[in-house]
Amino acid sequence: MNRIEERFVRLKRDGKKGFIVYIGAGDPNLEATRRLALAFEQAGVDVLELGVPFSDPLADGLVNQLAAQRGLESGTTPPKVLETVAAIRKDSQIPIVLYIYFNLIHRVGMEQFITDAARAGVDGLLVLDLPPEEADNYEALMRQAGLCHIYLVAPTTPDDRIELIVKRGSGFIYYVSREGVTGMQNQVASNLAQQVAKIRTHTSLPIAVGFGISSPEQAKLVGSVADASVVGSAVVNQIAELGRSPELVVGVSRFVKSLADAVKSA
Amino acid sequence: MSTVVQETLPDAHGHFGPYGGRYVPETLMHPLQELEQAFFAAQKDPEFKRELDYYLREFCGRPTPLYLAERLTRELGGGKIYLKREDLLHTGAHKINNAIGQILLAKRMGKSRIIAETGAGQHGVATATVAAMFGMKCVIYMGAVDCRRQELNVYRMKMLGAEVVPVHAGQQTLKEAVNEAMRDWVTNVRSTHYILGTAYGAHPYPLMVREFQRIIGDEARRQILEKEERLPDLLIACVGGGSNAIGLFYPFLEDKSVRLVGVEAGGEGISPEKHAARFQGGSLGVLQGTRSYILQDEFGQIQLTHSVSAGLDYAAVGPEHAWLHDRGRVEYTYATDEKALDAFMKLARLEGIIPALESAHAVAECIQRAPKMRPDELIIVNLSGRGDKDVAQAAARVGLQMPK
Repeated sequence: MNRIEERFVRLKRDGKKGFIVYIGAGDPNLEATRRLALAFEQAGVDVLELGVPFSDPLADGLVNQLAAQRGLESGTTPPKVLETVAAIRKDSQIPIVLYIYFNLIHRVGMEQFITDAARAGVDGLLVLDLPPEEADNYEALMRQAGLCHIYLVAPTTPDDRIELIVKRGSGFIYYVSREGVTGMQNQVASNLAQQVAKIRTHTSLPIAVGFGISSPEQAKLVGSVADASVVGSAVVNQIAELGRSPELVVGVSRFVKSLADAVKSA
Repeated sequence: MSTVVQETLPDAHGHFGPYGGRYVPETLMHPLQELEQAFFAAQKDPEFKRELDYYLREFCGRPTPLYLAERLTRELGGGKIYLKREDLLHTGAHKINNAIGQILLAKRMGKSRIIAETGAGQHGVATATVAAMFGMKCVIYMGAVDCRRQELNVYRMKMLGAEVVPVHAGQQTLKEAVNEAMRDWVTNVRSTHYILGTAYGAHPYPLMVREFQRIIGDEARRQILEKEERLPDLLIACVGGGSNAIGLFYPFLEDKSVRLVGVEAGGEGISPEKHAARFQGGSLGVLQGTRSYILQDEFGQIQLTHSVSAGLDYAAVGPEHAWLHDRGRVEYTYATDEKALDAFMKLARLEGIIPALESAHAVAECIQRAPKMRPDELIIVNLSGRGDKDVAQAAARVGLQMPK
């Protein structure tokens, strides 16, 4: 069984909620990414989402754009991200999803990229700008390679489209809790419980909620209605602040643990 | 009217062969479907057509002349050159054709806020103009470098009541402005219509922009038949995203005797990061919602581009152009900054017309080709915009001095 699916089965069995963290790969460098991944596993992170830096991240807010820029400046390329995943795999079985823009996959070819990702130890792909309508043989190739293809559902997604998306997705459904780009918000959308309940009528896949969750309180609140909370920009922001400080891994992990603990208490 | 194109493209999913499509974040998928439905419904509605025709005629100043460039023709000593005078439209470029069409659509869809990207500022000015005219709130995203080199247009947009947001990311030109406009749209999609300015982006934009711009070619075809009683031999247009070119070319696609030439920005020559000629140094990729030829590195990161003309300084080309390129129906070439500036000055001195630097690329190609043609051969050059916005930049480049 794929590590993501396995993790959600275990969480369900234990009656726990999942906690997913997003960071930009190569920010500030890939060695830091590797060390952060290992530390996050200890801190209680269930799934690590690694953003592969792209020159034109149009779904991302400023915090993640700057992380992508730092990633590119540190020489991060898709093959090097895969090497880093392989390096993480020597010490950890933490489920890893690549959050990626389609052109980076398209450039080497879907089949090649998926084969390379599976070999490196990646468990799933979340391709921001590849809707099911354009997916072609993507899902079949992902299944063959044993990877989960994670699709997004948005507040603007109507019922019939939710049905289409959940039928085709695997691993979990990523619900984007608000209209907009990635980034921190002060409030969790007020109709979140209803939205999640609506998606649940269409699928038995776990539902993770992300975009805009930044504090332990929000992560806990989301955990109370969904199967998992995703925190991205708030963690990326800490990485930006600590940068190359020797405290980077310890400092960011402390924050991540506070989020994980909050979700686990949900 | 023109002949019907036998193979109707794009298909139902917005594909032109292997190009086009809809590669966007999920939040935009349904809004794009709604936009597509609204557009098709409007196309079938005689009232929409009546309203659009009214504003194109009374507000924009259509039809534009097909003007015989006598001195340029004589000087080059070859084919007979006609200029399609889109530069004479209100706001100074073909961009208003699409802006007026899309704002009427936005009004029908009940949107109250308009956003747009702009490179040279012509699309931004056209959008700000129609937003003012219909009393809608308007925000224009423009690369910070472009704000500096097209300052006149920044002031025009502000005078028209639009908010101009300079974009400081990346190389601070058109591509980054599109990214920022898409981020705004994804955030405010319920209230906001995004008036994309070129035949690019996710379906239905390439189709919709073509349909709003094809009036250029429909008119030109009618006008040349009236004046010369035959079809032209050669059409030339500059290609950034490709809206003025597809607008001129589309009604002639089935006229096999008419050669079609698109001119990209050759910048300082065809080497990486020095140009914006996607058919010279580009390859197949997916950027900003569509699949087409793009300038990218070996890993799929989008490359820097360069052109003296902000409107052509863009890493990707419209998907229909990619298709027409592969089919061999349109020939794509490029003009360097230097050739474009020479053409800019030549048209000013010979015809009393100062073209936009974008359009000067088409004129430059005409200057190459006309001398090799017979005097009874007919050329139409799309003069997509006028050059007021480029006067300061061009004067500095060619070394004009203020009189003491």
